[in-house]
Amino acid sequence: MEVIGKSVIRKEAQDKVTGQAQYTHDYHTSKKLSGRVVLSPYGHARILSIDTTDARKVPGVRAIITGEQLPLTGESMRDRPPLATDKVRYHGEAVAIVVADTPNQGDLAASLIQIQYEVLPVVHTPTQAFQQNSPLVHEHLGEYEREKDVYPVPGTNIAHHVKIRKGNMEKGWGESSVTVEGDYSFSPSDHAAMETRSSTAEITPDGTIKIITSSQAPFMVKQLIASYFDEDIGKIVVDTPLVGGAYGGKASVQLEILAYLSSRAVGGRAVEIFNEREQDMMMSPSHIGLDAKIKIGADHSGVIKAMEIQFLWDGGAYSDKAIDLTRAGAVDCTGPYKVDHVWCDSYCMYTNHTYAAPFRGFSHSELSFAVERTLDLLAKKLNMDPLELRERNAIQPGHTTPTRVLLNQSNVGNLQECISKLRTLIRWEEGPVREINERLVRVKGVSCSWKTSTIDSNAPSGVILTFNRDGSINLMSGVVEIGTGTKTVLAQILAEKLKMDVDKIHVRMTVDTQTTPEHWKTVASRGIYMAGRALLEAADDVIAQLKEIASIVLRAPIEDLEVAHMKVFTRDDPRISVDFKDICYGYQYPNGNSIGGQIIGRGNFILRHLSHLDPETGEGNPGPEWTVAAYGVEVEFDRRDLTYRLIKAASVIDIGIVLNEKAALGQVMGAMSMGLSFAGRETFYYDEFGRVLNPQLRTYRPIRYGENPEYLVDFVYTPDLQAAYGARGVGEHGLLGMPSALGNALSLAANVSLHHLPLTPELIWKTKAGNV
Amino acid sequence: MKLHTIQLKINDEQQTVTVRSGDTLLYTIRKQLGLTGAKPGCLNGDCGACTIHVDGWPMKSCLMMAVEGEGKQITTIEGLKDTPIQQAFVQHFAFQCGYCTPGFIMNGHSLLQKKPDADDSTIKEWLESNICRCTSYSEIEKAIKFALEKNKSS
Ligand code: FES
Ligand code: FES
Repeated sequence: MEVIGKSVIRKEAQDKVTGQAQYTHDYHTSKKLSGRVVLSPYGHARILSIDTTDARKVPGVRAIITGEQLPLTGESMRDRPPLATDKVRYHGEAVAIVVADTPNQGDLAASLIQIQYEVLPVVHTPTQAFQQNSPLVHEHLGEYEREKDVYPVPGTNIAHHVKIRKGNMEKGWGESSVTVEGDYSFSPSDHAAMETRSSTAEITPDGTIKIITSSQAPFMVKQLIASYFDEDIGKIVVDTPLVGGAYGGKASVQLEILAYLSSRAVGGRAVEIFNEREQDMMMSPSHIGLDAKIKIGADHSGVIKAMEIQFLWDGGAYSDKAIDLTRAGAVDCTGPYKVDHVWCDSYCMYTNHTYAAPFRGFSHSELSFAVERTLDLLAKKLNMDPLELRERNAIQPGHTTPTRVLLNQSNVGNLQECISKLRTLIRWEEGPVREINERLVRVKGVSCSWKTSTIDSNAPSGVILTFNRDGSINLMSGVVEIGTGTKTVLAQILAEKLKMDVDKIHVRMTVDTQTTPEHWKTVASRGIYMAGRALLEAADDVIAQLKEIASIVLRAPIEDLEVAHMKVFTRDDPRISVDFKDICYGYQYPNGNSIGGQIIGRGNFILRHLSHLDPETGEGNPGPEWTVAAYGVEVEFDRRDLTYRLIKAASVIDIGIVLNEKAALGQVMGAMSMGLSFAGRETFYYDEFGRVLNPQLRTYRPIRYGENPEYLVDFVYTPDLQAAYGARGVGEHGLLGMPSALGNALSLAANVSLHHLPLTPELIWKTKAGNV
Repeated sequence: MKLHTIQLKINDEQQTVTVRSGDTLLYTIRKQLGLTGAKPGCLNGDCGACTIHVDGWPMKSCLMMAVEGEGKQITTIEGLKDTPIQQAFVQHFAFQCGYCTPGFIMNGHSLLQKKPDADDSTIKEWLESNICRCTSYSEIEKAIKFALEKNKSS
């Protein structure tokens, strides 16, 4: 292949190194007003009164909006007022918006709004939320409008419950001679994209609602605003320029609603809501937390017989995407292993935390931490090599998943090969422990993962191709460029297919929902998977049209024609040819007669055979394919002060095929970095009022330059027959096994069993002292 | 509110702007001069996305008032043209979303000028003031080292 696999430079590279790349907040019109949001100072409190008298007197204030009379919102269940009304349910929840000429005026007015609260008991963890006597976050859970496959339990804090019942548990435990169990927990954390979220809305005199937003889901913004506020969907146009990092956090629809309400309140003038960092971390949806219980049974040789799993997801104050996260965790609950008897209860719990957005990996790094730590406990009990234990139970074609999908050579990658390549990559033959001196020891931990993408079963993706007069092509897809290089990779796929120079393919970088064909959401590592297929169909469409007109011009049957290098030519004698540029806008004969016309290619793709899950057993087909991977992390642990240094981190992923080498490596290593950061240092800390104590990048501290380990990446190549050129989704997978591999390494190094995140020296110390 | 009319020398051009005492340099160059290459990431000195040069040294423009910029040579990412560090970032895929990139490039470019012999610990000392959430930093490390090498040999 000519272009596929090459490290083609990103199409937007020059813009990004010269400061010309524009993100949402970089667009500005002089007449734009500023919307400043008043946030809840408590985790859970009743709102007694809101007095805006003084605030309204501030010069420049154009409107103040509070929550009464607004419809409820929420993606799968409408439980969230856009602005809190009778009570606040999390620290940082939006209570009021001040629209003013400048941000300063808005801030001044916001500080003068007097709100009286009566503090209520706080639900701090999903486990507490699950107890019978827990305070309720939502008193009227039964009354919310919801999709039909959402199962809330009124009178409790359970927003949704997914059950997996596979095989026969009694039989499974009966066949098990060894069992292990573990409880795990971690609090919510943040995506911390460097670009904080922002949205601008404007309503023009003809009723067109224009929104510019930093989003992974512009088409969903359009759909939801139309449906929440009963607006004409054809009059909503959502623009998404480049996005400065997203990682799932920008797949939720929140600021767009606030911007729309603000513009509506000032007669349609443009209003921008821009999150400063604290607001971005507290008010906008965060990375989900989890309390999990895992029990595994196996026979003497280490063959897993049964698994019982309980997930209590910390969905926070509103259910929004947490409902889907709860389901995604359930469908892959066992990890990538063959287990015949599975019992899993996955609950979406309400707590008084910021509600959850998707986070890169969509529940899988989280569930992996719990499952893979328990597998290491099993290996220890069996006195077995932890990699061998994983290899023995590795999922394969012919096995079924927890939701009973029968796997085949195409829909699941080759985990055993990933494990065997990992062995070499991390020099497993040296053994997991290497003594350096009395104080220092180098230790390796391993883990595995799998993931399918539980996206909507009818999610669409479309591509349109048009020509320029020189025969070059414009490629339009609704995939948002969030940093993953997807647009460039699409250009490569097209260049490969048409055998042309990738520089002659121009991609449209921004998305606008009026003229760009829809791509459901840029999430779930499904960008290339779906848009790639739509693109191939559009390319076939273009080829057919080119050949049709060329066959007349060249006086040759269509079957004899080939396309390459921006020409159509006869297969046996390429000299008989016509250039794209002479036919893509119709062909003109010397006397002026013309035939054909503008060539426009179109293609679309929709996933096939996906189904809803059975509410009692979970049976159903949740996603198109399972990407599998194996991981290792090596740390240098200091036995004296319990600190550690990351030495190496390795991932081996079954990628199907590499489409752009450096971009793929960048995706995998970047995801690994994020996974290690989440695993080792990231969490929100709360006080007794449920207040977030560290909503800043100096107290919430992601990995910085020089703190990173050496990264080792290798691939396995089992093509997915449904995907363009066989490529599997890979944007998230580097992350999935990092928390568990690091947890396994540190547990071995410190000779304790670590069950919480982040894996800080303090956690190790507390665990050793028996006081977590 | 007190307003000041000041002269700023940015990217070798003289600019006259009227600012509040409380306006940061970041706010002023973005909002008034349309130089949006410097990014707001935290407005608190924690992330480095807003890094520019003041008299050749990297400076977080969210931590400096616009009025303090008078009489100084200010350079933003828009003032760099095809420098070795920009080329190195492109070649080594040292960015993904690109939001942190202007800050890293300004920091790196200044490093090349001020510390052409920088060793690992100096590079770390300079670059740990910026956060990149997309890459693994090893791509950025490669780009910086490549540019340093190239700088030395030329
Ligand atoms: S915006 Fe200046 S350091 Fe973050
Ligand atoms: S490239 Fe996205 S934050 Fe650095």
